[in-house]
Amino acid sequence: MAMKAKHQRLVLAALALVAVLGAAGLALSALKDQAAFFYAPGDLVGKPVPADKHVRLGGMVQKGSIQREADGVSIRFVVEDGVSTVPVTFRGVTPDLFKEDSGVVAEGRFAPDGSFIADNLLAKHDERYMPPQLSGNQHITQSLE
Amino acid sequence: MPALHAFANPARFLKIARPLTPVLFWAGAALALFGAYSGLVLTPPDYLQKETVRILYIHVPSAWLGMGAWSGIAISSLMYLVWRHPLSNLAARAIAPAGAVFAALCLITGSIWGRPTWGTWWEWDGRLTSMLLLFFVYIAYIALARADADRGGDGRVPALFGVAGSVLLPIIRYSVVWWNTLHQGQSIGLTSSTIDRSMIWPLFFTLGGFTLFFGGIVLMRMRAMLAAQKVEARMRRMAQ
Repeated sequence: MAMKAKHQRLVLAALALVAVLGAAGLALSALKDQAAFFYAPGDLVGKPVPADKHVRLGGMVQKGSIQREADGVSIRFVVEDGVSTVPVTFRGVTPDLFKEDSGVVAEGRFAPDGSFIADNLLAKHDERYMPPQLSGNQHITQSLE
Repeated sequence: MPALHAFANPARFLKIARPLTPVLFWAGAALALFGAYSGLVLTPPDYLQKETVRILYIHVPSAWLGMGAWSGIAISSLMYLVWRHPLSNLAARAIAPAGAVFAALCLITGSIWGRPTWGTWWEWDGRLTSMLLLFFVYIAYIALARADADRGGDGRVPALFGVAGSVLLPIIRYSVVWWNTLHQGQSIGLTSSTIDRSMIWPLFFTLGGFTLFFGGIVLMRMRAMLAAQKVEARMRRMAQ
């Protein structure tokens, strides 16, 4: 029994749509590791990045970990993601949103001792927006999302 | 589907589109302007981003329409491939430039927001890169549809491209979930939002306003394209 041409095309189009969605799913899962914008400290446990490779390290700035050096432009802090921690050093101007307990993405290299030497810092904003009076003047970021 | 085919008749389409166009256009413009004013003046600044947060009232509707317009192209293209009705082909081609403009607006406003917030104009993270790709795909679609029309093609090739391009939509949507990105996760869900109520309400005005405005532009373009076709047909008849 021959299908009407219109119905044949409808079936083909439905198949094409399924194929397109399947392709999106495959692309997303295949790129899962490669398309990450940064490494989180927990990603590096057991599989360290070679020193001198330029990478990004992202996570939360550990509370109480920011230390400013005497020269006024160098800082040290610790990046954490709930799994592991990495000490970071950076020399330069920090973004306005760079604060303790807040998201950060550091660009730079790992030193042989496992610490991270950043040459650029990006502040990461989370998905919550609120007026100042509601935040109680507290800066808190609860997620890495 | 008799209901759908009723609208597929160009004469009947024009009968509805003609009065609907100014309604959508002006209602959209009014809502968008009111939303923009409220977002600039009536809402409080963010606790962290301060005044920069106000870009969201333009950025979010632009992103919504940049992606929504491609959904429209994909659906129209699919309908054209199956039912071969010229009006759906026309709709896809009418949507494309408007969608490209909103995608560009989304990228530009995002970049302006990123500089003070993240400390960078641009980063190659999953969300930013996939949205830029969508913009390029719009440009490619416009070029392809024009080349096809110039050579007297029947629009099947651009329609296939329109369907295939929708592969980017889930990638953009889930990029912030699947990959760690610099761009923050989703703030607004179907039932909840992480944007405080005192700040979010103008967004609904700009979202609705931009969408109606977009609908008005698309109807305008479809009517202009139908008129151009009519002119061309008449010229051809006169030349004979």
